[in-house]
Amino acid sequence: MSILAVLEQAGGAWHRQSWEALAAAQQLGKALGRPVSAALPGRNLAALAAELAAKHLERVVVLEDELLAAYTADAYVIALEQLIRSRQPSYVVFPHTYQVRDFAPKLAARFRRWLLSDVTGWRLDERGPVFVRQLFQGRLNAELRPAGAGPVFFSVQAGAFALTPVEEGVAIVERFDVRIQAAAIRTRPEAPLEQAPTAVDLGKAERIVAVGRGIKERENLRLVEELAAALGAELAASRPVCDNGWLPMERQVGSSGQTVAPKLYVAVGISGAIQHLVGMKGSRTVVAINRDPEAPIFEVADYGIVSDLFEIVPALTAALRKSRD
Amino acid sequence: MKILVALKQVPARDARLRVNAAGAWIDESDLEYELNEPDAYALEAALELKDRHGGEVAVVSAGPERAARAIREALAKGADRGIHIETEAPGGGDPLRTAWWLAQAAAAEKPELILTGLQSEDAGYGQTGVLLAELLGWPHATLIVEIEKPGAALRLRRELEAGRFQYLELPLPAVVAVQSGIRPLRYATLMGIKRAKTKPFSRLDPSAWGPPPEPAFLIERIYVPERGKRTEFLEGTAEEIAAKLVDRLRAEALLV
Repeated sequence: MSILAVLEQAGGAWHRQSWEALAAAQQLGKALGRPVSAALPGRNLAALAAELAAKHLERVVVLEDELLAAYTADAYVIALEQLIRSRQPSYVVFPHTYQVRDFAPKLAARFRRWLLSDVTGWRLDERGPVFVRQLFQGRLNAELRPAGAGPVFFSVQAGAFALTPVEEGVAIVERFDVRIQAAAIRTRPEAPLEQAPTAVDLGKAERIVAVGRGIKERENLRLVEELAAALGAELAASRPVCDNGWLPMERQVGSSGQTVAPKLYVAVGISGAIQHLVGMKGSRTVVAINRDPEAPIFEVADYGIVSDLFEIVPALTAALRKSRD
Repeated sequence: MKILVALKQVPARDARLRVNAAGAWIDESDLEYELNEPDAYALEAALELKDRHGGEVAVVSAGPERAARAIREALAKGADRGIHIETEAPGGGDPLRTAWWLAQAAAAEKPELILTGLQSEDAGYGQTGVLLAELLGWPHATLIVEIEKPGAALRLRRELEAGRFQYLELPLPAVVAVQSGIRPLRYATLMGIKRAKTKPFSRLDPSAWGPPPEPAFLIERIYVPERGKRTEFLEGTAEEIAAKLVDRLRAEALLV
């Protein structure tokens, strides 16, 4: 009856969200009065395991195998299924990374469960934890209670536990021998590659005007281009605008694009899905223009304008031009 | 290649969402629905593969009666056949149950490839395709931005974090969850809409398949999140709002 945090590394380097998952697991362990252990799959993990030995954990379980060197969903699921069947944790906690999205649902399905993805927190009552996660791209929150038998699999949203410190302590490091047949790995991954470096470095911009789906048509981009020019700002976009091919992918801000921290960020017609927010919430002053008063972008906005962007943006451009004359 | 695309119908993006009387899901009366956009990209990838390699594209959706409209939309865009698994409105949904229904339909269809979107825009659990692969005993790949078929297996380009990517080989049959933006979306033509009416459309009754998996989680409550940051909302005419904002930005020394 314990908590198991499954941490992520690649080639001996931590995924930084591993610490957030570990902090979340420790916090849940403290709340429930249950021991917490960490599992680390990969190869050549001695240095990372030594680092974990100085954390407040019951055990650090190292799963080393040649077939875990390069990530595949099949090998990760086989190894972690063996560990979970052997140790029978009540809760299995993951960082919500691309890799976890790829294998953790499959692992959960081996136990006739699914992964409660992108958890942001929980509350406790006499029956145990009730988990909180977003719905509708952040417009609503939901509280979900685990049901049925078997381990509770959940992943924590990037940033949700970033301010929760990882508790130091002493942990026992042990190896868990996994048995993986090479033939059971069906995909053949090649080595990861770097994208061609982008010509646009939005990370250095002092002012950014970012446009979202609310712009409706490619022809309307002219409006935000003029606003950006009047502000002396770089033009950026949320993912759907780039998916449509209206602006190049290199102008995308968010989890699959660039992370920015300008002095001024003007979000035009952007609803504010978490994938976008993680890329811009370090901005100093945020202005949000959106017709929907419940759009999550207003959660991070200093100035909110609930109105039609097709009226506001030209008026703002005109006012900025006038102020410079 | 015989391709099956799994689609979901979701509330329209600009629909006003209200919490229902029970407080455990949204009020679904008077709500507009649309095809989940990430699934539209899966359909697009399937149609494009058919353009290159020939074969058939069937679409499947599990949902209440209204879901038939999302299937018709896919037929109008060029899919060849529609399959509607008639289930009750899921009320927040259970991805394992949905995957189990899709697996029953897929087992009868025997496609070589199943495509899905990355996530739904309502619940957004982001895993139905992966669960479906596991229930069928097939391999899978997610976040795919390019699909090539040089031989018996697929060669895929997978998006990684921090602007990185990798290629991988995936044997068939398999499930692929595509990343949004994999290709520009095509729109239904008038001719397509006309043709869709005559395309094969089958309805499946899931009660014939026995009980689906038990829920692993139940939604107890949904609510509008509280604001963390103090936002100053600017009001007035467009000109008044613009003037107020310029004043604020100048006071904060944010203008050039």
